[in-house]
Amino acid sequence: MKRVVITGIGVVSAIGNSAGDFWTSLSTGRSGIGPITKVDTAEMRFKNAAEVRGFDALAYFDDRQLISLDTFSQFGIAAAREAIKDSGIEFDDELRDRTGIVTGSCLGGKETEDAFFYDLYANKKNRVPPIAIPRSMSNAVASHVSIEHGLTGATFTTSTACSSSNHAIGQAFWLIRQGTLDAAIAGGSEAPLTYGNLKAWEAMRVVAPDTCRPFSKDRSGMVLGEGGAMFVLEEMEAARKRGARIYAEIVGFGMSADAHHLTMPLAEGAAKAMRAALADGDVDADEIGYINAHGTATQANDVMESNAIRMVFGERADEIPVSSTKSMHGHTLGAAGAIEAAATVLALHNKLLPPTANFTELDPECRVNVIANDAQAASPKAAMSNSFAFGGLNAVLVFRSLPE
Amino acid sequence: MKEGPVAERVIKVFADFKSVDPSEIDVKSTFEGLGFDSLDGLNIIFELEEEFDISVPDETAQQMGSVAEVIDAIEELLAGKDS
Repeated sequence: MKRVVITGIGVVSAIGNSAGDFWTSLSTGRSGIGPITKVDTAEMRFKNAAEVRGFDALAYFDDRQLISLDTFSQFGIAAAREAIKDSGIEFDDELRDRTGIVTGSCLGGKETEDAFFYDLYANKKNRVPPIAIPRSMSNAVASHVSIEHGLTGATFTTSTACSSSNHAIGQAFWLIRQGTLDAAIAGGSEAPLTYGNLKAWEAMRVVAPDTCRPFSKDRSGMVLGEGGAMFVLEEMEAARKRGARIYAEIVGFGMSADAHHLTMPLAEGAAKAMRAALADGDVDADEIGYINAHGTATQANDVMESNAIRMVFGERADEIPVSSTKSMHGHTLGAAGAIEAAATVLALHNKLLPPTANFTELDPECRVNVIANDAQAASPKAAMSNSFAFGGLNAVLVFRSLPE
Repeated sequence: MKEGPVAERVIKVFADFKSVDPSEIDVKSTFEGLGFDSLDGLNIIFELEEEFDISVPDETAQQMGSVAEVIDAIEELLAGKDS
């Protein structure tokens, strides 16, 4: 089997619109959660989210291109461009033929649908612009990236709610490992901050009125975020041959279904995906020296995830540093796995573990070793990034440090 | 005993949700006793918000665990709405 490495990273997020700025915020524990400006929150019970700020679409796209791009596509395409540039990969015809794209998105172009359908339902318009369908389809990012860079290998989109991007990255990893592709652009993006979608989350009663405090005793729920992250994955020998800088190796991917409940997660299901990811990469549980948790800061997730970590790692759960970076970049739903994989890979590369921001006091029901508020210097051999979705669909990635 | 028009309307909402006759809904019933999971709980609170045209705060929703508690909370919210 081929080995697969990460050679490029691109990020658009509430805490930075480049991988470099994102990492600066993560390593200093700076949260991007603040008042929602995209929609009027007067009639909403929560007023905060992790909005992308200072993203100048016209710096990336011209007016004509923007007609066909929902916000989630803008984030995804921008992140992909950064990742490709960062990797230094140069596509010739042969490599284009052997490079694919796998993206994750839970919602697709919700801002587009929201705006166009409002015109129909409320403004009583009788027609919708013809770009509505291609702009809102969930695979738009994969398609645009493929067209922009001329990449013609296996390309598709996964949609598994909050696990979407982990499923996408995992599939891209496997496609290279099994020899179907030589390289892939993988990740995900999401722009979920529409009035209708925020109202729907309000009805779930899982959104915090103030901020996101994963694993804290006084946590009061999740905070939604937007953004995207993309990676260049390459077959290791090819990457080494061209002298690429390697951030980390992606070694394991595990999936499971809880087969339990639409919204109540089950620790056994999460633990199964974590074990599957370790087994897939032939990684000993003792090698894991950092876990980037799903850590939504809902009552249900954080207790469930802590229990699942203990099921997999036993007493070592007292030692393994755990953080939920959602405390800074928010819960970006279908982009969560990608943004958190970026945090995990950058942590391995920079030998610094990002903290859980906004942390107050550990919930005694969450028996894990939380990295509280300040980053920790450490050089773990391997790290794990968890994603658990509504509907009970779990996806876990394991990365390993490679010697320089 | 919980009586009066608010109690009757609350019981009707529970009965409709369970597809049973209102006489089968005991005000002492807990959500658990009625076989509700967390999602059912959210749905019943939504139905009650619609029925009474009120907005139930998250903290109040978390304290609703029985039909009687729902009646008390709704009466309190309605009183606040009128004042």
